Amino acid sequence: MHNHKKPFLSAQRWLPHPLMTLMLIIIWLLLVNAISFGHIILGILFGVAIPWFTNRFWPERPKIAKPVQLVRFFFGTFLRDIIVANLNVVRLTLQSDISQLQPEFIAVPLDIADQMVISILASVISLTPGTVSAEITLDRRVLIVHGLDIPDQKAAVRTIKTRYEAPLKEIFSC
Amino acid sequence: MVVVECIISFFLILGAFFALTGSIGLYRMTNFFTRLHGPTKATTLGVGSMALASAVYFSFQGNGISLHEVLITLFLFITAPVSAHFLAKAALHLRMHKNTEALPPR
Repeated sequence: MHNHKKPFLSAQRWLPHPLMTLMLIIIWLLLVNAISFGHIILGILFGVAIPWFTNRFWPERPKIAKPVQLVRFFFGTFLRDIIVANLNVVRLTLQSDISQLQPEFIAVPLDIADQMVISILASVISLTPGTVSAEITLDRRVLIVHGLDIPDQKAAVRTIKTRYEAPLKEIFSC
Repeated sequence: MVVVECIISFFLILGAFFALTGSIGLYRMTNFFTRLHGPTKATTLGVGSMALASAVYFSFQGNGISLHEVLITLFLFITAPVSAHFLAKAALHLRMHKNTEALPPR
């Protein structure tokens, strides 16, 4: 294991993914639905052990450069868009003539190179209704997205790039 | 407590409404890819509202705040796009699309 090359008492070695550790502790406490001393200890145990055992699956991690912007992106853009776009899709689904829909594949050229961030972007696109990310080209430079109703392809690509990709690129500084 | 019950009912009905429209979408849409949109949407806001209603209900049962419903939403946010992506990818490979213009040459 490549862990052995690191000094014995370094944080890199024992806590390879500090954020994941924190997330696992929070997830454990949510899972047992109680906060007690024993569960906090158990949570910390899982939080330290799981990243350590799964370390080799996470060769490199994207750095969150701007956590404040991440929170703003999540609540301001992501959750808001889910609600707005859901209502939009409800309107599209229930309209009397669905043959008016213009379903279309669009190709979104990517500026992001990091795999983890691309998958986050693809998930965000899929979760915000009206668009599902369908495919990524072999060179990982173009994301194929299917849209339920795309009257203007260029505008749709621009929206995805400015609204989701640019903030993510900034947050993870990649 | 009436207020709490109203909030719970509101979110339950809202969740049911979005789940229903998801199913209606699945039924009404004409091809595979447009059909994919209905179910992936029902999970986000539909199940989200249901989980919120559950969290509110159990928080007012007197056993402290109940938040593990948040996890359901979190796990759905992680798994739903992946399964949608798999379905779309499989369909693309099976050539279930009519318009290939937007696809880059292979």
